[in-house]
Amino acid sequence: MDLTLRVWRQSGPGDKGRFEEYPAPGIASHMSFLEMLDIVNERLTLAGVEPIAFDHDCREGICGTCGLMIDGRPHGPWEGTATCQLHMREYHDGDTITIEPWRAKGFPHIKDLVVDRRAFDRIVEAGGYITVSAGSAPDANLIPIPKEAAEYAMDAAACIGCGACVAACPNGAAQLFVAAKYSHLSLLPQGQPERWSRAEAMVDTMEHYFGSCSNHGECEAACPKNISLDFIALLNRDYIRAKWKNRRLAGQS
Amino acid sequence: MTTTRQPITRRRFWFFEFYRSAVGKKWVMAVTGLILIGYLLAHMVGNLKMYLSPEAINAYGESLRDLGGHLVPRTHLLWIMRIGLVVATYFHLHSATTLTLLNRRSRPDKYDERHYAAANYASRTMIWGGVIIAAFVVFHLADLTWGWGGAEFVRGMPYENMVASFSRLPVALFYIIANLLLGVHLYHGAWSLFQSIGINNPRFNEWRRWFAYGISAVIVIGNISFPIAVQAGIVG
Ligand code: FES
Repeated sequence: MDLTLRVWRQSGPGDKGRFEEYPAPGIASHMSFLEMLDIVNERLTLAGVEPIAFDHDCREGICGTCGLMIDGRPHGPWEGTATCQLHMREYHDGDTITIEPWRAKGFPHIKDLVVDRRAFDRIVEAGGYITVSAGSAPDANLIPIPKEAAEYAMDAAACIGCGACVAACPNGAAQLFVAAKYSHLSLLPQGQPERWSRAEAMVDTMEHYFGSCSNHGECEAACPKNISLDFIALLNRDYIRAKWKNRRLAGQS
Repeated sequence: MTTTRQPITRRRFWFFEFYRSAVGKKWVMAVTGLILIGYLLAHMVGNLKMYLSPEAINAYGESLRDLGGHLVPRTHLLWIMRIGLVVATYFHLHSATTLTLLNRRSRPDKYDERHYAAANYASRTMIWGGVIIAAFVVFHLADLTWGWGGAEFVRGMPYENMVASFSRLPVALFYIIANLLLGVHLYHGAWSLFQSIGINNPRFNEWRRWFAYGISAVIVIGNISFPIAVQAGIVG
């Protein structure tokens, strides 16, 4: 099929940026979206044009590196998939596809479709960890955990940190990411010792970079891992509880 | 950018520190919103007495001043409630304004194309709907509490004042439109407040939406029935 791409080109943070149109003829429907971009880039290189910069790594929906706003939808039109899992069979001959980078103040622009998502690392550094005793690996299943709790924590742990929630949010908020990173530790026994300091540290760090959640629900709709807004409620509740908490009774949770 | 930054150090009295954070402001917005919803509901139910008889609603208005009976001096309890409402309204508006400005700053660049999948008209018009509602509340107080509305106003005669005010068609329409906007505002707010204060349980999450539908429908239908009844000549 023959497509037209409308791609955001911006040489760097200082550049104003603009859309440019590239014809993409002869695209096969079994290609992935990123393979299509590779082919366009190869042709651009041969034509002496600077290729389009975009982020990608695993190309199987687990690393969270890829992330494009495709026709106004984060990660494109498919539900519960990352950009790298989107395939060209979605499109038809003659389609024009608009591709933009994530836009949010917390994600400064680097080049073309690439943004700086290190703010996420700062939030995880602030509280997204647990303390364990070093030494030989403990036996599996040494700590009994109810099945529901383990599965629910796993739902949160599915977050790949791609930033689609921020990109989707009309407020540029990162509440869904932080809630997922907070919850997958705080729902499990191993995460209890730092639970209350984690709630405060992660939220306070988040607020350096990102906007505030007003419960639009766009993040949940955009998330390639279908992470639920329920985790945001848990984060909000634990933040206020962290303020109240008599920390000497932390073990009583 | 993105050098390592330390979390904000919060040193003041814990509640002020909490209010300084965006999550804290959302919590305050939810709690004050709940107070205002409670007030709206009581206000609407009280005004239903208009359908009983002019004496019934006028006596109801008078008994509000006697709240607390002989336990407190006359009108004191009413004033405490009024001050509570003013404080709740102030914090509701303050947190809304601050957060809106923060959110605008956090999303400076627009997308060329954007299809919303979950955000709805209600959630996206909270701030401007809120501004219009606030302006309406000022008008409403001037009209029927302070008596600046132009219609012949007699203090302590809510029935006659209401009828006089609502029989002017533009005023009646303004009340109806403002209340419909209020309904849209409540529809998002009455659901959203559960998320903001962290009340979330799969057993009743479905119920939170129904609560929002129900509360906005009951308040709006009750409120707009008054100008409609006056205009239709059912009450007058
Ligand atoms: S490239 Fe790894 S998730 Fe898409």
